[in-house]
Amino acid sequence: MDFIPHTDAQRREMLEAIGAASAEDLFADIPPAMRAGELNLPAGHSEIWVRNHLEHLAAKNATHLTPFVGGGFYDHYVPSAVTAILRRGELYTAYTPYQAEASQGTLQAIYEYQTAICRLTGMEVANASLYDGGTALYEAAMMATRLTGRNKIVLDSGVNPIYRNMLHGYTRNLNVAFREVPTACGPTPRDQVEPFLDEETAAIVLQNPNFFGFIDDLADVVDMAHRVGALAVMSCYPISLGLVKTPGEMGVDIATGEGQSLGLPLSFGGPYLGFMATRKKFIRQMPGRLAGVTHDKEGRRGFVLTLQTREQHIRRQGATSNICTNEALCALAALVYLSLVGKEGLKEVAQLCADKAAYAAQRLDRIDGVSVHRAAPFFNEFVCDLPVYAGEIVSGLIEKGYAGGFPLAQYYPGMEKRLLVAVTEKRTREEIGAFAEALEGLL
Amino acid sequence: MNLIFEKSTPGRRGFRVPPSDVPSRAEIPQALRRTRDAELPEVSELEVVRHFTQLSQRNFSIDTHMYPLGSCTMKYNPRFLEDVAALEGFSRLHPLLPQLRGGGILTQGALQVLYEVAQWLCEITGMAQFSMQPLAGAHGELTGAMLIAAYHRFHGNRKTTVIIPDSAHGTNPASAAIAGYQVVAAPSNERGVLDPAHVKDLVNDQTAALMLTCPNTLGLFNRDIRTLADMVHAVGGLMYYDGANLNAIAGWARPGDLGFDVVQLNLHKTFATPHGGGGPGAGPVGVAEPLVPFLPTSVVVKRADGTYALEYDRKDSIGYVAPFYGNFGVILKAYAYMLALGREGLKRMAETAVLNANYLLARLRPHYKVPFDRRCMHEFVLSAAPQAKKGVKALDIAKGLIDRGIHPPTMYFPGIVPEALMIEPTETESKETLDAFVDAMIEIARLADEDPDALHRAPTTTPVGRLDEVAAARRLDVCFPLPDDAAQA
Repeated sequence: MDFIPHTDAQRREMLEAIGAASAEDLFADIPPAMRAGELNLPAGHSEIWVRNHLEHLAAKNATHLTPFVGGGFYDHYVPSAVTAILRRGELYTAYTPYQAEASQGTLQAIYEYQTAICRLTGMEVANASLYDGGTALYEAAMMATRLTGRNKIVLDSGVNPIYRNMLHGYTRNLNVAFREVPTACGPTPRDQVEPFLDEETAAIVLQNPNFFGFIDDLADVVDMAHRVGALAVMSCYPISLGLVKTPGEMGVDIATGEGQSLGLPLSFGGPYLGFMATRKKFIRQMPGRLAGVTHDKEGRRGFVLTLQTREQHIRRQGATSNICTNEALCALAALVYLSLVGKEGLKEVAQLCADKAAYAAQRLDRIDGVSVHRAAPFFNEFVCDLPVYAGEIVSGLIEKGYAGGFPLAQYYPGMEKRLLVAVTEKRTREEIGAFAEALEGLL
Repeated sequence: MNLIFEKSTPGRRGFRVPPSDVPSRAEIPQALRRTRDAELPEVSELEVVRHFTQLSQRNFSIDTHMYPLGSCTMKYNPRFLEDVAALEGFSRLHPLLPQLRGGGILTQGALQVLYEVAQWLCEITGMAQFSMQPLAGAHGELTGAMLIAAYHRFHGNRKTTVIIPDSAHGTNPASAAIAGYQVVAAPSNERGVLDPAHVKDLVNDQTAALMLTCPNTLGLFNRDIRTLADMVHAVGGLMYYDGANLNAIAGWARPGDLGFDVVQLNLHKTFATPHGGGGPGAGPVGVAEPLVPFLPTSVVVKRADGTYALEYDRKDSIGYVAPFYGNFGVILKAYAYMLALGREGLKRMAETAVLNANYLLARLRPHYKVPFDRRCMHEFVLSAAPQAKKGVKALDIAKGLIDRGIHPPTMYFPGIVPEALMIEPTETESKETLDAFVDAMIEIARLADEDPDALHRAPTTTPVGRLDEVAAARRLDVCFPLPDDAAQA
């Protein structure tokens, strides 16, 4: 099955117009010695065959498990209208809106998305998207080094461990030094952070809620950074921002985050959405595209890509980032999601997540030998201590039909008996109760 | 058209959040709460659907218009790819499941997809192994540059430069610079490609890599590619293949056979996954055997018993470039597309892409300047310099095409061609559509002679006319102000 419309007669006609004897002739620039032989690949298949094959593979994945796993990626409800809008070919088969007049739909949507992210985070300006929460955090750290002319980054241990790993990897060949705050399975330890901050610090990188699910008012930590002339970067969970204090309210300079929870399926790790927002005065060092308002000669409002001189297609090696293709369609999903749930709905979704997590924590706490960490309030994810290895409990829970949480020892050696449990608005009281009973039954 | 924020009516709802069914209430202290609500739109579901449907109607897209945007490979995106990616067995799959037990026993279907796509890509490119992790083309370039750095570091070398042609995509020098390299620009010769005679002077023991698109952004294949590879390898450097233009040669030639060591592909170009208005894409990276140890964490392996697993314990790996296994939903679509095409379809894809481009070139040659007039591959570049002398620039031609129902080609790129128009029709456009494009281009060339002002006024058929980009940058408005902020201003 291919998607080529030509008839044989048309091919001949076209070859004739070109003055080529055969299709083979068109490849004359590739010397015979450089040609590929017959590739060792299967023959093509019909749509029906491919669909059956993929349904068969899809059935081999354990999506029947009731999910209590989060770790930064959550099973939130995606309203049907989000999916329906994303399926409009006029939107998903377009590309980067370089031709503004022929792309007003995409451009206006980007402007609206930027606005929604600003209102969500309490920040002044947002870009048109980055790949994911991890690369967004890396871009923010690099942006902080450019803005401050300094090269030291202080990393809080509550930042997603994979993101921290990514930051190290990306900067391996660059002159960037990291200091990691010692691990605390709780809110950011102030006394441990302060000694790391000095005149060489470009930024402190924080996360709220942190990887352990704790929420915090980090305004004082942000102040500590500002006192030494450093910036504060914070990775956020957008659904939580329906309730919790925003990075803007805490004085954060660059807010980033993973936007998957805003209308995107889990889809085994992507495509997701990195968002970034900052202060207006930092905009020229912000990576990624930006849509802005302008007008035509008749005075009609329209939208264009703006400040493109920051970008690779103009500035080449001097660009703020190498990003070109971003996550435009995922940003659109987030915008449609935020428009649907709206001002009140977002608060309600956040409250529901928090209430159900509170209920789950209460149920688990009642089990003999299980205790929930309550060093600080949590949002929709919490740590519990188990009397046995968390990995084994999770294995047992799989047998009973639950993806029962994330064993923290995967990332934090020494936390073998700690389980990270996430609850979203989709979980019902019955599911939570049955989950608690299943866990109890394994002890 | 009003913004969704301008359509907001206090108290209106677009989605009903269910009442809580649990007896608990989360105790979140006031000090940790936001003090002001996020001022999101308050609109009904119909208002949302109508708003975004109307926005969609203000777009050109492959589904509605021919879209010959050079180097972007805007081919048809088959519909069944969307259905495949939406299968619940994939879309509901949490990326941390493989870490819960047995390294992936809960996700065998998904891992098989990742493994088989990588195998396909190895065969198509002649690489030894692929990582599916990079999330877009430029992200793949950065990953490739990091792999090159890791390779040299492992061998005790501190090479400092990457050579990149002056015709390269802007992402190439940007990616090399972000990975910590100095960029050395190499000039194209009078045939539009890199010349071994020039490159010889640039290659030295500081050369970490030569980064190339082949065929290049002019749509030209470099017959000297192996000579260039030999020169770079002779000083211990590596050859990097930017696969943005793989659509020209897939099934016909393999970068590995041409002397390349690192290859990044853009699944959203060659493998028909939708561009999404600017993403998501996928930029997998393949490497020759000596670079395999450095590939990102994790890689999917097939065990002797036929099951698939994720391998994390790789001491020389550059680590994670993305949190998980890449843009899996995009990779799935590319997989379904490959299965549909098969060996023969893949070859016919490239052959027809090249046929279509050469057909357009042959028909447009009498009407436009062709700066490198030779047979092209999947795309070619025209210069509107003669038209510009009459006052009709490449920009005016582009806007004239919009009024004729055609998305313009890439303009003003590559920068080495004045008034460049870079045209890539792809294999999925019919002869009738190609002819309509030619007719429009000929009519525009005639107007350039007879009535340039008609083109200066274009476009007139779009919701807005030409927009003032200078004003957009000067009076920066990238966020709609809150009602009370607007009142203050």
